[in-house]
Order: sequence, then structure tokens, then C-alpha cells
Amino acid sequence: MDFVFTDEQEMIAETAKSFFAENAVSERTRAAMAGDGVDRHLFRDFCEELGLGGVIVPEELGGVGLGNVEMAIVAEAAGYNVAALPLLGLNIVAAMLAAGGTDAQKAELLPAVLSGEKIASAVGNDTVTFECNTLNGTFEFVPHGGVADVFILAHPEQVWVVPADAYGLSVTAHTTMDQTRPLATLTLDGVVGEPLADSAAAIAASQPAAYITLAAEALGGAQACLDRTIAYANERVQFGRPIGSFQAYKHRLADMMVEIEQARSAVYWAACANDEGSDDPQLALHAAKAFCADTFFKCASDMIQLHGGIGFTWEHDAHLFFKRARSIQTLLKDGNWHREQVAAQILGEAA
Amino acid sequence: MKLAFTQAEEQFREEAADWLNDQMAGEFADIKGITTLTEKAERRKEWEQHLGEHGWSCIGWPKEWGGRDATLAEQVIFAEEYARAGVPGRVNHIGVELAGPTLLTFGTDEQKQRFLPGIAAGKTIFCQGYSEPGAGSDLSSVRTKARVEGGEWIVDGQKIWTSLAHISDWIFVVARSEEGSRGPKGLTFLMMEIDQPGIDIRPIKQINGDAEFNETFFDGARCPENSLIGAVGDGWRVAMGLLSFERGVSTLGQQMAFRNELDEIIAAAKANGAASDPLIRQRIAKAEIGLRLMRYGALRMLSSTDHSKVDGAALTYKIQWASWRRSLGELAMDVLGQGGEITDNPNYEWDVLPNLFLYSRADTIYGGTNQIQRNLIAERGLGMPREPRGDK
Repeated sequence: MDFVFTDEQEMIAETAKSFFAENAVSERTRAAMAGDGVDRHLFRDFCEELGLGGVIVPEELGGVGLGNVEMAIVAEAAGYNVAALPLLGLNIVAAMLAAGGTDAQKAELLPAVLSGEKIASAVGNDTVTFECNTLNGTFEFVPHGGVADVFILAHPEQVWVVPADAYGLSVTAHTTMDQTRPLATLTLDGVVGEPLADSAAAIAASQPAAYITLAAEALGGAQACLDRTIAYANERVQFGRPIGSFQAYKHRLADMMVEIEQARSAVYWAACANDEGSDDPQLALHAAKAFCADTFFKCASDMIQLHGGIGFTWEHDAHLFFKRARSIQTLLKDGNWHREQVAAQILGEAA
Repeated sequence: MKLAFTQAEEQFREEAADWLNDQMAGEFADIKGITTLTEKAERRKEWEQHLGEHGWSCIGWPKEWGGRDATLAEQVIFAEEYARAGVPGRVNHIGVELAGPTLLTFGTDEQKQRFLPGIAAGKTIFCQGYSEPGAGSDLSSVRTKARVEGGEWIVDGQKIWTSLAHISDWIFVVARSEEGSRGPKGLTFLMMEIDQPGIDIRPIKQINGDAEFNETFFDGARCPENSLIGAVGDGWRVAMGLLSFERGVSTLGQQMAFRNELDEIIAAAKANGAASDPLIRQRIAKAEIGLRLMRYGALRMLSSTDHSKVDGAALTYKIQWASWRRSLGELAMDVLGQGGEITDNPNYEWDVLPNLFLYSRADTIYGGTNQIQRNLIAERGLGMPREPRGDK
């Protein structure tokens, strides 16, 4: 048992942190928000120069060959700067292809996804109908769906690869509250999908990738909210004192930290448990997703409140975090659903 | 980053669990499952000695002082198995976790010789004399006085909230040794024997009907001049060093006791149908998640060799567990329903869950209230400006 970062992990954290601090700056993120929600330059640099796109993909498949802990470290750093990056789709799709793709998909599609050449997004439901590999139905709330070049579409029994320009597929991009991760609706009318080799393995692999990415992003975002509010608390003077010296103010900062430290434990418990196959990996995923999303929302709400009027302006970045926090709460099932999975594990299914 | 324990550590876990389970099934079956600190106190003093005889009392201490030089992982494991086996809390936890480490850090060789073997053997029970009626959250404003006369320290004043003083042999006292000094300056840290005419212990009855805490009166109480730890006037530093020992391995054992309480709530909810109420299910899930996060938080703190990285995080631990447990008490009562408010016991003694509900109101007060914890986190953890004092 040694529940702290190794030297190598510390190094990855430092590298990722400074990469996003330098590149995912407010100006560029806002430019992406005004466009399609992706800072393409950032994405290309992230995949090519930083080379951290395929952090959990085995080296023989062109990845970095590390684990969920390292994936969480990268997602935390991205979340800290609320980067406009299709990271969620990248992590899920990379994990699914590596675990269940055909040899051809691993040889051709996977490298294109890892290099950032193709933006990928994944989504699943059990309402889509299929006969052989011809799909009909709708997938809603697809993250970065409007800009994706390729989709992984999942039904509990079968998973397919579908390119964005597939015949019969129409993609409707929505104006989305969180402009750093816009959502789209996919309508499928006789779309022919290319099945994965092992759908069950792909679906199993999608869960840690998805939940840990979101939880870690939320952790980073929450920490950023606290750090930025602390800076403001020291600098803003009212009644002749920095406002951070008032207990009504500093106690709320303390409460943020109490939640964030638990969120940190949640993310790295889930990551470690899924790397090692110990310590209730499945329960840890639900715990991390539910807890970190709520922590982020609390911290982002407090950030607005504790900044006063400036925090309510479009000009200030507080709303970027606030909107991202809200979207993480509902993406891939809300907190009540995840807590019910925890309850079902310890109490049995609801009567 | 690694969660798994080594094979040798798992072997140690088995050894510890086997021994503890054997004791709880045999000679000490009568104390198994006790959750208060006061019940069957005499038997539990015997248990302290039994632990000492078998080398399980202070496993983290150096071998030369009766410990095992146990690694951090082994201490974590023992604390977990101790609570898992249903062994009641240590009535000498102040001696083992506070007095001992303080002596090991600040004591002279002679003082170590004098006290440590007795603590390790479970024969010297300690309690802590810090708080006073006028010095609660503002701990450094203690007024209890200490002066030297004829080769002895003479102590006059009053301490309050001295947990388990009525069954203890020794008390460590922070007293004002410099006339006219204020705040943290001029304080001295003394070890005093309780059984003497100058010390009077009076129990304080609590909201759950139990009396774990006491008022301790000092009226010309005495101890030899060599009973001070650290230098004259250096008591604050010793006392603060000691508080940092409080956030140690024992938190892991505390969590296993919480685990037992949550399991009892889960069993009650399954038995009476509350487990099918969606709101109760959410709250139980939240409690489960909170408990798990406490464990992984503690493992993060304990694993870190670079304390500057986790000091801020460590400050959040007290308010986290205290608030969690207070909510757990409320959840327990909501699961039990109105039946939780009545008992067949004519002496106002309560079953585990109603007692948890009442007792946990103290958790967010003792050892630094939630309000004080928030000040500490904001000022020491986050670097916010200090609250100005009103008396300067």
C-alpha cells in the first residue's frame, strides 16, 4: 500500500499541468466556445506533442501503456483549465477499441483517434434497433457530437463504429449551455455500422474510462474554483480588510477544501482500484462520478457567490466552470442514479 | 500509487485478526461489541494489560520501549482488524496515542524509563488536562497555575472535559507557570498522578445519560519537579506537537468502528423495510461513499512522506469525519423511525444507534469545533488572513 503518486506520476502531473496552463488559456477557450467547442490547435498539440492521447492504450497498439491513475492525472489537469478538448470521447473510444476492436479497427482507426487526426465520440442506449448491422433510432446528448469524425455507438448487445458521414446518419448539433462540450443528437435511418470484435469487452472498458475521466475533470475544475476564489479573497478589500479575513467568507472556502480533498480520494481510489482490480472497482466508479460532480458544482456555485457581481459577468471565467460542472453532473447518468447503484450493491435491488 | 498490501502484510493481517478474534471469543467475550468508552471500565483495564502482555498494545513504538517497530502499513492493518473484530475502544488511547508519542519526542531518558513501560503494559492509564471553563476553543488562555515550591510543582485551578479522568492514573496538564503571562507563552506541560488529595474529579452527565467527561479540580495538587515535559514555559509547543499525533493511524481504527455502526444501520433498514425507501437508499449510499472516502483520505495522508504536500489536506480530516458521523446519527434515527425514541431500559441507557444519534453531537465539538476547524483550514491550509483577536 502506497497511496501517493510515484515520481513518474508526479512528472506526468507537472507536464500536463503546465501544458494546459500555457495553452488552454481563457482567450483560446472562448474562441472555441464561439465556434464548435473544440480548440483544435490544443487538441493536436495534446495528442502529438504531449503524446498523452492514448495514455491507457497498450504500447503495442500505439498508446502510452499506462493506467487509469495516469489517465486521471491528465483529465484533472484538463479540467483545471476547463479546456475545450474532446477528451471524454477520446478516452472512451480509445479504451473501447483497445479492448474490443477488430484487428483492422485497431490498426487503422485507433491510431487516427490517438493522433487527434479524427475526433471521436461514444454513446450508448438500449432503444436503438438493429438488424444484422443496420441501425435505426436516436442517440441523444452526444458530447462533441457535432464535431466528431467518427462515433462508437453502443447497444448492450452490440457495438459499432459509424463514421460521421455515414449514409442515413444525421447529426444535429445543439446550442449547449456548456459551450466547451456541446451536445448533439444522432438520428439513424438505416445506418450500416461496422461491428467491434468483442462488444462486451468494449462496454466493460468504457466504464472506467468514462467515469474516471469525468470525475477527474470535475476534481480539477473544483480545485481551480477554489484556487481562483482564494486569489480574489486576498486581493479584494472591503470594510478596510481583505474579504478573505471574514469568517463568513473563509468558512466557505474551508468547506470547499473539505469536499475537494474527498473528491481527490475518490478519483484516485477509483483509478487505482480499476488498475489493480481490488478495493471494489465498480462501486468506486459510481462513488467517484457522483461525489466529484457534486463537489465541482458546489465549488463552482460558491465561486460565483464569493466573487460577487463580477462572478456573474460573461467576462469572468466563473461561468465556464459553473456550466461545465452542471454538465458533468448529468452526463452519463446523474448522481442519484450512481448512488442508487451503490445502494443496490449494499442493500440489494430496490423493492 | 498502489492500494494493494504485500503478501507479508496480508499475513500480518491474518495473524492480528486471528489473535483478536480468539480473545473476543474466549477470555474477553464479555466486552466484545461495546461501543461506549465507559461501559465495563474495569474489565477493559484488564484488556489493556492483556494487550500489553501479548505485545499488541503499542505496536508502532520502538521495540526497546515495548513496541514492535511496526511499519505504517502494519499499524493501519492492526487498527482495522482491531475494530473489525468488535474489540471495544482503548480506554488508554490517550496514553498510547498521545502521552507515549509525546514522551518519545520530548521526554528525557529518565522520563521514558519512568512512564513508557507502564503505558506499554497497559498499567498506566492517562487522561488529558487541556480545556478549562474559560479556555475551550481559545485553548492558550488557560488559567490553571503552576509554581515550584520545595522541589515540587504546586498546581491550582480547574480543567474540564477530561475524558475518562475517573478511571485514569495520570493526567497531563498544561498550566500557566509564569505569573502575568498571556496566551501561549509562559505555559508548562506537567505529568501528575491523579490519586492525591489535591485533585478532585467530578463527572459531567451528558445528553445521552452517560458520564465519560469530567471536571478536574486542582487545589494545591503536587508533582515532583522533574515531572515537566520540555522546558519551563515551553508547554504550548509540547501540547501542540501532541495534537499532531492525534491525526494518526488511529483514525483507521476509528473508521472501522464507524463501519460497524453503518452496518448496523444497514441491517436495521433491511429488517424494517426502510431499505426500500428511495430517499433512505440515497442517504445510505452517501454514508457509504463518505466512509470509503475517509479511508482513502487517511491512506493518502499516511502514505505521504512529504508532509508539506498533505498538511493542508490533513487539516480537513476532523471536520470530515465529525460531520459524517453526526449525519450518520440522524440517518440511524430516520431508519429506526419513532421506535428509536423509546427504550425498555429504566436507567436512560440507549442501544447503539440511538446512542450514536445523541453522542455524535459531541463529535463536532470536542477536539476543536467545526467552526474552529474551518478557521484552521482557511488560515493554515489556504493562507487566509487570521481572525483579529479581541483582547490585543
